[in-house]
Amino acid sequence: MTIDEVRQADVIDKTELIQQLMNEYQHDFPLSTTPYADIATRLGVEEQQVIELLRELDTKGILSRVGAVFRPNRVGVSTLAAMAVPEHNLESVADIISSYAAVNHNYEREHHFNLWFVATAENAEQLQNILDDMEAQTNIRIMSLPMEKDYHIDLGFPLKLIKGGLLHD
Amino acid sequence: MINERELIAVLQQGLPLDSHPYAVIAEKINSSEEEVINYIKLMKEKGDIKRFGLVVRHRKLGYKSNAMVVWDIPYDRVNELGQCFGQFDFVTLSYRRPRHLPDWPYNLFCMIHGQDRDDVVKNLQFMIKNCNVNGVKYELLFSNRCFKQRGALYVHGESEKNETVVSLKEKRAV
Repeated sequence: MTIDEVRQADVIDKTELIQQLMNEYQHDFPLSTTPYADIATRLGVEEQQVIELLRELDTKGILSRVGAVFRPNRVGVSTLAAMAVPEHNLESVADIISSYAAVNHNYEREHHFNLWFVATAENAEQLQNILDDMEAQTNIRIMSLPMEKDYHIDLGFPLKLIKGGLLHD
Repeated sequence: MINERELIAVLQQGLPLDSHPYAVIAEKINSSEEEVINYIKLMKEKGDIKRFGLVVRHRKLGYKSNAMVVWDIPYDRVNELGQCFGQFDFVTLSYRRPRHLPDWPYNLFCMIHGQDRDDVVKNLQFMIKNCNVNGVKYELLFSNRCFKQRGALYVHGESEKNETVVSLKEKRAV
């Protein structure tokens, strides 16, 4: 085996390891005293490799975090909100909305209602105050669409590593 | 004793990349490793935590296209279709929400992911075919710019980490 072939094998191993890590641990992450060591044992690598890989994915922005996805409205309240923003104002209005700590997702979507965001707060009154404040700041009406029923069981998303994704840069 | 609010505040920052991450959390909130682990287990059992594990940004992995499909579904079919849509692995959310008439007639919302626009449209057609959707009004809202994306912060403290993601501009399909 040449050096190049060895390197190639390492790259494939790493890619496979990332894929395994992501597909097996988006849910049921170990709740043991040494979760990373437990994952490492299961995948047949060293604890430090798992930690370093997660750190790398975090640095690249692929990993948002290791942690909990809370059920909507169980811990605090949230709503999906939409605004119809004149195109030339979209960026400045989006910046105002993003500046609120209560906002986690804020996307442009292709529709008459072109700005969509999720806002969360500890209680309904606090959430309403935030939305009122946003309307006052932007002079645009907000359509608030709080979740009424959740039909989806979140098991994470089966991921294949795709060409063009950050891992292949 | 665990202070739930404090635990959530720390958890929403993400689990430390440390050999004993739950012990690190315990130290921050004056609790013990065992109590932290047991409390997270309890929140999972109660359904307060829907999922505990790696939270991945799909766009950065190459799933560059995502769209929200919104449907106007008659009351007698909304539960059935909501569940049917929620079962596909490319659907990451399936929620019933209120209509806002006359501006907004839609009451069921799904997020669909795909590698590109065609992939998303194919996935939508798959849903329509497999869940027997006939004569239902729907719209597909592709996402364009992402102005901000991070985990939800229900408890707003000083230490919050803002992971603003800007200008991940997608190429529009021609």
